[in-house]
Amino acid sequence: MQVGLEHYLVVSFLLFALGLLGVITRRNLLVIYMSLELMLNAANLALVAFSRFNNNLNGQILVFFIITVAAAEVAVGLALIVALYRKRQTAHVEDLTLMKL
Amino acid sequence: MGLPDILFYVFAFLTLLCGVLVIANPFSRNPVTSAMFLVLTIISMAGLFVLLHAFFLAAVQIIVYAGAVIVLFLFVIMLLDLKEEQRRKIKSFSVATGLLSVGAIVAIFLKSLGSTVLNSSSLPTLEGDTASLGKLLFTQYVLPFEVISILLLVAMVGMILLSKKDLK
Repeated sequence: MQVGLEHYLVVSFLLFALGLLGVITRRNLLVIYMSLELMLNAANLALVAFSRFNNNLNGQILVFFIITVAAAEVAVGLALIVALYRKRQTAHVEDLTLMKL
Repeated sequence: MGLPDILFYVFAFLTLLCGVLVIANPFSRNPVTSAMFLVLTIISMAGLFVLLHAFFLAAVQIIVYAGAVIVLFLFVIMLLDLKEEQRRKIKSFSVATGLLSVGAIVAIFLKSLGSTVLNSSSLPTLEGDTASLGKLLFTQYVLPFEVISILLLVAMVGMILLSKKDLK
């Protein structure tokens, strides 16, 4: 059977589901962040697959922008985690139940 | 079944396997292990990009994600002392709710995929090489391109500000 758009979409769905499962079950802020990256990557894969099979390059441009925004997001988010860790000495979501620092 | 199809199955399997090991590694709860498997996930996903003829994005994926982002993750993991993670148990309640919601969302995805007719019958001829992507990026998408550079600058300033010793 020829590998088509459906195959890539199924891989993308499963990867997104894995990321969501990680966000829900894991309690470490850094691992939650990695799961978020997995979900972003799943969206990227779907976009590239759609772009290829519809002969339209705009999807790949969008993926390029998503990768850039994800890099910026990781930088700021990790700085926030470090700042939070300095104040509270923990990176566990269960210990971070207060809204104020 | 040609070589690209076999490679698709290999890379898809590797991507999903390493993805599972990022979130639930049975041997180690250390975030460093998760980060390493995230690298493998991203590299196998770059292989999928190559199979989709998105060569430029595959290179960007490896350089930006497997290079910069993972190094950032590892720096922060080394900076924070995360020994405590290994002692804590994952609550079975959160696993149950997580599996339930994720199963529901996968069911929705697959059902919608099954009920949609994808018009991808025509043979794909698109090539995502650097020249065509760059041409589009510097003509039609030049404004978003400039805006995203400002975003990177803002992220850099924000990160320096947040990393200062006294948050003011």
